[in-house]
Amino acid sequence: MRDINEHTPGEDLIIKTAVRLMVPFAQLFGLYVIVHGHYSPGGGFQGGVILGAAFIMLALAFDMKTSQQYMTIRVNTVFNNLGAAIFVGVGALSAIFGGLFLDYSALDKLIPMGSVEWRSFGIFLVEVGVGFTVMSIMVLLYWNLSSGGAMDEGL
Amino acid sequence: MKGLALLATMVTGALLLYGTGDFPPWGDPQDPASTYLSPVYIEKAVEQTHVPNIVTAILGDYRGYDTMFETVVIYCAGMAVLSVLRRNREDEE
Repeated sequence: MRDINEHTPGEDLIIKTAVRLMVPFAQLFGLYVIVHGHYSPGGGFQGGVILGAAFIMLALAFDMKTSQQYMTIRVNTVFNNLGAAIFVGVGALSAIFGGLFLDYSALDKLIPMGSVEWRSFGIFLVEVGVGFTVMSIMVLLYWNLSSGGAMDEGL
Repeated sequence: MKGLALLATMVTGALLLYGTGDFPPWGDPQDPASTYLSPVYIEKAVEQTHVPNIVTAILGDYRGYDTMFETVVIYCAGMAVLSVLRRNREDEE
């Protein structure tokens, strides 16, 4: 495992330090955009892109291996499948519990907390699924396109 | 073959442009979307979903299918790039 502070020729100390300071805030802001989609502009797509951009910044300022220390290829695969599965799963669950597909109010039979509240919470679950998929697909696209598919070293 | 493809594209494009002639004018208050679809969303969305942001309510609930397949499109894009480009360096040597 490589140290994040290790200096390699051709890499800029200022960019590395700036990215190291920005990444936690970018991730926090991405999470905020996802969970605050109910009250302000935002949602799964936008928040997912911000979360993905945090990992892409790491890969740009350091190298691809560094970004893969924080999200391995295996974890990335789990995330992009899990996100799509959450969305379709919530839709299918509401169909199983007697509603229409994606009619979240039917999930009231699973955990009773009011059918209107379930519609609100169902939207939240779905947005989290969208966020997972968008985040990991953005990172996956960057890894693949910048390294010609080898996903070991690139830009 | 290229000429045929161009012809097919042009004909399809012309048909689509011809079809837009029957659309209601942009922003017309009398068109179907403005007379009963938008007012219902604006009046009922907060009451029916308890989501203050109507855009999110429409995106996640009323138009759930659209959002679901948007996600699937992004997923498919990622899988397509992965299946075309992915390789191991060791395989080549």
